[in-house]
Amino acid sequence: MSKLPKIALIGNPNAGKSSLFNSLTGMRQKTGNFPGVTMDKLTGTWEIEAHKEVEILDLPGIYSIYPKSIDEELVINILGNPAHEDYPDMAIVVADASNLKRNLLLFSQVRDLGIPTVLALNMIDVAENEGYVINSIKLARELNVEVAEMNAKKGIGMNGLKLAVNKTLANRFSSNDALPLPVEDALIDDIQAAFGEAEPYRSLLWLMEHDRMKMFSPSQREQFEALLEKHAFDPKIYKSKETVKRYELLTEVVDRCVINLNRQWDAAPVKTLTDRLDKLFLHPVGGYLFFLAILFVMFQAVFTWATYPMDAIDGGVAYLNDWLKGILPASALTGLLTDGLIAGIGGVLIFVPQIAFLFLFISLLEETGYMSRVMFIMDKLMRRFGLNGKSVVPLISGVACAVPAIMSTRSIGSRKDRLITILVTPLMSCSARLPIYTVLIALVVPEKSTLFGMFNLQGLALFILYLLGFFMALVSAYVMKLILKAKERSYFIMELPTYKGPRFKHVALTIWNSVNAFVFEAGKIIVAISIVLWVLASYGPGESMGKVAEQVKQANPNLTGIPLSNKIASEKLENSYAGHFGKFIEPAIRPLGYDWKIGIALITSFAAREVFVGTMSTIYSLGGEVEDENATIKNRMRAEINPATGKPLYDMALGFSLLIFYAFAMQCMSTLATTYRETKSWKYPLIQFSYMTALAYLSAFAVYQLLS
Amino acid sequence: MVSLADLAIGEKGDIVGFTDEKLSLKLLEMGCLPGSEIMMTHQAPFGDPIAIKVSGYTLSMRKEEAATILINKK
Repeated sequence: MSKLPKIALIGNPNAGKSSLFNSLTGMRQKTGNFPGVTMDKLTGTWEIEAHKEVEILDLPGIYSIYPKSIDEELVINILGNPAHEDYPDMAIVVADASNLKRNLLLFSQVRDLGIPTVLALNMIDVAENEGYVINSIKLARELNVEVAEMNAKKGIGMNGLKLAVNKTLANRFSSNDALPLPVEDALIDDIQAAFGEAEPYRSLLWLMEHDRMKMFSPSQREQFEALLEKHAFDPKIYKSKETVKRYELLTEVVDRCVINLNRQWDAAPVKTLTDRLDKLFLHPVGGYLFFLAILFVMFQAVFTWATYPMDAIDGGVAYLNDWLKGILPASALTGLLTDGLIAGIGGVLIFVPQIAFLFLFISLLEETGYMSRVMFIMDKLMRRFGLNGKSVVPLISGVACAVPAIMSTRSIGSRKDRLITILVTPLMSCSARLPIYTVLIALVVPEKSTLFGMFNLQGLALFILYLLGFFMALVSAYVMKLILKAKERSYFIMELPTYKGPRFKHVALTIWNSVNAFVFEAGKIIVAISIVLWVLASYGPGESMGKVAEQVKQANPNLTGIPLSNKIASEKLENSYAGHFGKFIEPAIRPLGYDWKIGIALITSFAAREVFVGTMSTIYSLGGEVEDENATIKNRMRAEINPATGKPLYDMALGFSLLIFYAFAMQCMSTLATTYRETKSWKYPLIQFSYMTALAYLSAFAVYQLLS
Repeated sequence: MVSLADLAIGEKGDIVGFTDEKLSLKLLEMGCLPGSEIMMTHQAPFGDPIAIKVSGYTLSMRKEEAATILINKK
């Protein structure tokens, strides 16, 4: 492990913490994981002097040391625990100079924890434009810390920051050992007797937040509870009073160190760009229209623009496969490599353009500050269904992939709202469903038909499926709202930050991280299943597989050539492990209109639905009766005949029944694993799996029975 | 006494206190301090949630949350 001095970056959301992190570390960044939590840990090195580097750790943005949501908990778990492997040698608290008082609250809490701290006054330019002049030398003396003025976005003021950090690192000076709001000495003594010497404020933090801190064991928690009772200490009241007291002290400091020119001249407050933009974006009618327009462009990008790189990937993988089949000897191993492994990897890579486009939009909207306006105008609607304005981001992200979408629910403060959002997000039609929709719609909806001569019916069907997913998500959320009990009240107190130009490096990083997570997390599973499936469809129990060829020849003495080998392949599939599985579940899926071949696809799709198309092509290429080896999967499926009726198997009823099933079914192990990680309980992935499967089964049943 | 929820867009008031103990910590941390001036700036359709100017920035909250902030109307 590195022994570089470790500096934690702490600050309010929107104070410019990420900008500073990027200015300091440049390209010397890496993402990792915090032990025990599924949260990206962003670290980097900063060359503070020639040949002297320090490690910078970027912590989630918070308003106060007292956490209100899961992502905020991480901060006290690190700062409150000197034994934590990420416990910093010192902290840089980044403060928005144009909103100094509120930003100083967090600073004073961090300082009181006994962590040597530098105060970085960011956005000095904004503060000056608004008429504030800050005497930072005086501020440094009043607060008893090093203060550095800077403009992190433009990289101005880094030398001053280096100086301040160097001094603080050399002195290891932490200023305060008095509590802002005193408590009885006996209480602190009792905590320290049981849990060791520490700064009084840190001891108090342990007492008040022990249930959110992982460093304590259940028996230690009981000890804390006993202490709370013994001293009749109410953390809630103390925290409120402490906050008010801190603000009182800070107001005095700020009054002495900051001059407000506007107030002196009694000038009218300036109408900022943000005020003017909010007039449009928060407008009761215009705001929604603008949001719809943005959604429209976003979907246009995901479903139209992304098709070009997707076709290129598809073509590339097919070309590679053909080339490999050409140069390698025809064997089981070649089949496994080309039809199993490479086809599987191709099936993962094909989604990358869509995920990249979606996260390009989402991160642009978040970077500019517009996303919080969307939450603002959507909150009332979402709340009716047991969700929260903040659920909008996961739901939109869910159109690309539920895994990052579920991870983005961490900022939702209310546990019940967050749980419901996690549970219903997979109902949004993710990009893995798109190829299934495309193939099935092409089978059952006539290509050239239009509605009223203007809407392409296939396009309309696709659009309706997406709407259906969203609608089901809302309905399910509403039902869960009635069932789930709330331990705490849902709230929606949120800063509407000023609009800013996006930092493109940050946008690129977000896209890279999401694509990375998808390719390596989901990709592993998809590739594994493709291989398992290939094996299951190629081998069978006992000796039945070996006898198939003989039996077919005996039963059909007149067959020769291609029809014969097709007949053999088809019989082989029926006798393979996959065929046995499919037959086994056939009685259960008969009412939905499915036969055992679709049954195989359903079983394999339960791990990851994107293997449906691959399974279908494996099944029909192995067992199909089409002469042309190059026939597309669509044509092969179209040629399937229902033995009972003699008509095409994939008629309207079966097609729509399958579409509905795939729209609602929980067929993604990665999502279930993410739900488990995010809720830390098997209960919720289980609920998610059961309710979605039941919903899919019943809806598909209803559709098939109505249409057939 | 009036609460923040009673203000119309553009109206101002001074914060006097809070009626909800649990919410008050979050509100305090976000800069809604007793004595500070608060101005209603935006209301989402159907009047909920609302956006206010306080301590020099814009904060949004639901109407029911605004109703826990007692103010002196100016």
